[in-house]
Amino acid sequence: MELTSRETWTLIHGLILGSLFLLAFAGGLAGLYSFRTELVTAVGIRERLFRLRVGVTGMAVLAWATVITGTWVVYPWYRETIAGKSLAACGGLQAPNSKCSPKEFLLSNTSGDTSDWHEFGMEWKEHIAWMAPMLATAAALLVLYYGRNLVADRRLRMIVLVLFVGAFATAAVAGLFGALITKAAPVR
Amino acid sequence: MNVETTTPSAAPQPVPAEGARPFGPAAAVLLAAGFGIFILGLLTTLAEASTGIKDGLQWNDRVGPLSGKTIIATAVFFGTWALLTAALRRSEPPWKPVVYATGGLVVLGLLMTFPTFFQAFAPD
Repeated sequence: MELTSRETWTLIHGLILGSLFLLAFAGGLAGLYSFRTELVTAVGIRERLFRLRVGVTGMAVLAWATVITGTWVVYPWYRETIAGKSLAACGGLQAPNSKCSPKEFLLSNTSGDTSDWHEFGMEWKEHIAWMAPMLATAAALLVLYYGRNLVADRRLRMIVLVLFVGAFATAAVAGLFGALITKAAPVR
Repeated sequence: MNVETTTPSAAPQPVPAEGARPFGPAAAVLLAAGFGIFILGLLTTLAEASTGIKDGLQWNDRVGPLSGKTIIATAVFFGTWALLTAALRRSEPPWKPVVYATGGLVVLGLLMTFPTFFQAFAPD
């Protein structure tokens, strides 16, 4: 059992950083939703605020780390041009290899109708993913700056919630397509 | 200012609120996120429509045009955030226009990064 360097980085990008971000969302959402005067005591607010500040800051950092490793480490391996213009080197393959990159493998349609995984899936994923860290950073700044005031200010709390859900939704689209594309054409 | 809290099993307890904070810093980061996302979308569509722009955004050969798009969008996000924070940090801008403007910019950014949309601008 072994992982290549490329597989290890793909794992760090998707399964560790990306998944941690998506998993942390449920906890953060519950914390934010219940962060109001009628649901928590003064002591509860103090304790919850600390967790919320650490949680949303961590999520913003995770989101940036995920898109940076995805774009600058894993994506270049996905989009390598090694099979030639006709993609002849991909013919007959069941999976990408050292002569046919994942992008070329998908575009060649050699193992079925796969080109849309790149032309729609990857094209959407590589762009929408970058919205998540901006939205998550905005949510984190609001929680860090307004802190306890969020309890009494429903309007601010709703703004943070919308940013938070937006960050999750954009990351979820990217994560879903990342998983499906990796299944169709893994980076090795 | 104290905020009264109640729980089903306890009497109301005072929650000491932090000092009132202006909406300016929130407006700054909201609009910055909106601008960052809008610019990402705009560059994505422009790169599809023009080979010259696509080549111009290829700041790194291994990453391709995505390198320029993401670096510029990130710079716009942090740059706009810094500028607007400096301009608005003590002000109390009306929140509705800020929220609507941010929402509009995000929706436009989403639209312009949607493949079916931006691929319609590809030269034949």
